[in-house]
Amino acid sequence: MNVETIIKELNLKVRSASDKLNNNVTGGYTGDLLSDVIANSHEGDIWITRQVHQNIVAVASLKEHAGIILTNSCEPTGETLEKANQEKIPVMISDLPAFELTGKIYNLLVK
Amino acid sequence: MVVWNKLKITVHTAETENYLYKNSFDVEGGNFNNAGAISTQVKSILKNIGLPNNVIRKAAIACYESEINIVSYARQGVINLIVTPKTVEFDIADEGPGIPDIELAMEQGYSTADRQIREMGFGAGMGLYNIKCSSDIFNLTSEVDKGTFLKIIINIP
Repeated sequence: MNVETIIKELNLKVRSASDKLNNNVTGGYTGDLLSDVIANSHEGDIWITRQVHQNIVAVASLKEHAGIILTNSCEPTGETLEKANQEKIPVMISDLPAFELTGKIYNLLVK
Repeated sequence: MVVWNKLKITVHTAETENYLYKNSFDVEGGNFNNAGAISTQVKSILKNIGLPNNVIRKAAIACYESEINIVSYARQGVINLIVTPKTVEFDIADEGPGIPDIELAMEQGYSTADRQIREMGFGAGMGLYNIKCSSDIFNLTSEVDKGTFLKIIINIP
């Protein structure tokens, strides 16, 4: 499954790297503590978080995540978007809270 | 033998004489704008060398947490990377407040990070623990009001 499919299924808004929506999604990780995400997420994961600052892009880039989804309609900062476009990391927005969003993506991935 | 003097580190071991790659990266304390950039660069270097994925994964975690620690707590620091046929080694030194109680600092969940750092999702008290878990050799020494030196070795199977 790629990022674009998840965007369509869950009605996400795309805020950066719209040319990278064919990134393959192999799993997911939900978390706001960067050390937890660095230690436990995997390459190809879609990362679900409430953090909106630019350091999330460095984490996603280092871990080679397929993309980042911000929960509860949170908007990324301008610096985050600038970095995400540079690093080609899709940042998306969902109006759902993390619990619901995680459940929906989990169900899509295990189908 | 390690000579540590104002961030100039020279490491001489039999193993490191025979290196595949060696470089040094300066890290600016307090600047979160580029935090993590060196670790991404190091990961890319290790990939180009063709190291196994698990070694790259551990090295990236160790390097990232070390970089963030310098940015969060120190005035400045340096990350030295040496890759040999058998090991990935980091010698990391910073000028900063140092760590008064290393045993306490190693406990999961213990952190001296301020509110601003915690709000960004850092300072969860997982960094040093993550580095240790990713290392085959982990040696942390520190002097209060001077700085901290960390040696990390990750074996290549």
